[in-house]
Amino acid sequence: MRTDPLFQPVISEVRTTRTVSLTFNDQPLNVPAGMSVAAALLMSGIIRFRATPVSESPRAPYCMMGVCFECLVDIDGVPNRQSCLIEVAEGMRIRSQEGARDLIYQPMNVRAVEVQS
Amino acid sequence: MNRESVDVVVVGAGAAGMAAATQMAGMGLQVVLLDEQGSPGGQIYRGITLAPLSRRDLLGPDYAHGNELAQALASSNVRYEKGASVWQVTRDLQVSYLRDGRLYTLDARAVLLATGAMERPFPIAGWTLPGVMSAGAAQILLKSSGLAPSEPVVLAGCGPLLYLLGWQYLRAGVTIKALVDTTRPEDYWRARRHLFAALRAWPYLRKGLDLMRSLRSTGIAHYTGAEQLAVEGEEAAQALTFSVSGKAQRIASRCVLLHQGVVPNIQFSQALRARHEWDLDQLCFRPVTDPWGELDVPGVYVAGDGAGIGGAQAAAVQGQLAALGIANRLTTLSTSGRDDQARSLRVQLEANLRIRPFLDALYQPKEQNRIPADEVMVCRCEEVTAGELRSFVALGCAGPNQAKSFGRCGMGPCQGRMCGLTVTEVIAKARGVSAAEVGYYRIRPPIKPITLGELAGE
Repeated sequence: MRTDPLFQPVISEVRTTRTVSLTFNDQPLNVPAGMSVAAALLMSGIIRFRATPVSESPRAPYCMMGVCFECLVDIDGVPNRQSCLIEVAEGMRIRSQEGARDLIYQPMNVRAVEVQS
Repeated sequence: MNRESVDVVVVGAGAAGMAAATQMAGMGLQVVLLDEQGSPGGQIYRGITLAPLSRRDLLGPDYAHGNELAQALASSNVRYEKGASVWQVTRDLQVSYLRDGRLYTLDARAVLLATGAMERPFPIAGWTLPGVMSAGAAQILLKSSGLAPSEPVVLAGCGPLLYLLGWQYLRAGVTIKALVDTTRPEDYWRARRHLFAALRAWPYLRKGLDLMRSLRSTGIAHYTGAEQLAVEGEEAAQALTFSVSGKAQRIASRCVLLHQGVVPNIQFSQALRARHEWDLDQLCFRPVTDPWGELDVPGVYVAGDGAGIGGAQAAAVQGQLAALGIANRLTTLSTSGRDDQARSLRVQLEANLRIRPFLDALYQPKEQNRIPADEVMVCRCEEVTAGELRSFVALGCAGPNQAKSFGRCGMGPCQGRMCGLTVTEVIAKARGVSAAEVGYYRIRPPIKPITLGELAGE
């Protein structure tokens, strides 16, 4: 869910012209290139990054330096990525992590067969 | 798996790592510098090579200083690898890391750990809510992305980084709603015996005094001696509550930034089973080293804040000292040659560290913010409260490692980074023994997350 962003560029910053488009929970966002995913989400009004596996309570980045693991998100289908350490890229599909992760499974082409008794 | 032999591997491209790597390459050693970030600088000089001039100016001269180290590194023969996540360092000097999803292992003749510091956990009620961050995290957003809070912010705690961030925010035009300082009059009293040494470090002290004066002169609400800090909110932070001299206070804000000092990042030295000791002044564990930074694991050295907090300038000097120690081990540099070159560095180091005892005493984090009340979350990952931890102790849990089997404390993705010190101190207090006796988590690789697929070289 988007609300008013908690962080915004400071006044003296020259706005970067280069942006990349990505999605967060299917919602399209345009963010400056070169930023970390966590910074980009924070300036786009994303307050809650995930829900904890134990009590499903809301969490967001705490340390921004790869220590706290609170900023974990799913990026392009890979869960548990540290969004503060990953740079935004064009077309990235980011999803919040809700509760415990499932095992990553690779769907195979299994043909349905009729079982004859 | 990609595997090769090199002379030296340096882990971490902050002040210590950059200085050490540059110096060793200049002495003819083949050096690989591995760093997790996308550009050199570590946390103090985060993004120094990429920050536009306006941002560098805003952050102040101490930040800009990092550019010299980064430029020296760039013009050296060091093989600098960015985005390299080191997940294992072994006692026989193998360093394994992951970069762009691929696995690499280096066989080194010496390893220098320059993994720096992290912020001390600040366990108070509500510190897990979105909108609550460490002051260091907010400063990283400013350094690397030019971002600052979009509405009036509350800064709470104590320590140089907190005040520096306040000063930088004022320069950036950010409104500070309140500075909620946990420092009390008796802290000045305790620090006074180190004042003479601090006066001899006058440039440092003056910088700090100027900073505090300019913060106060802006007329921001400055509470001192704040106690019983807690963050209010259900789904996100709404306010910081605290008391001053028994009077309850509440400051509404969606953004609360906490800080109470930094502590050594000891994940690698702990995983190597090196000897550590409890630092009674800085209230944290630090690895025991010889004068060149070598651990009791032959060939493994530590330089910078990872060996005890001294700040960026001291870290760079420690990096150079470790470089001399390693060169003495691996090159023709004689022991007397090493000692000759080290002499002026030791003088510099002593000068850089002179202010520390004063700062450590003045900004010693309060016990109630280190050993919290029962309802406060200690282990953020597995959601274990201080009260649950105390109930484990009542059942016979003697230390951090047993706390894992009692209730998964410290077993989440952060591997105890965010709770380790708190768990040690809570258990020590509950058992009535010293933190040194209780000890720390047994840290095991992988130090950084790695998938089985990556490990299998998929």
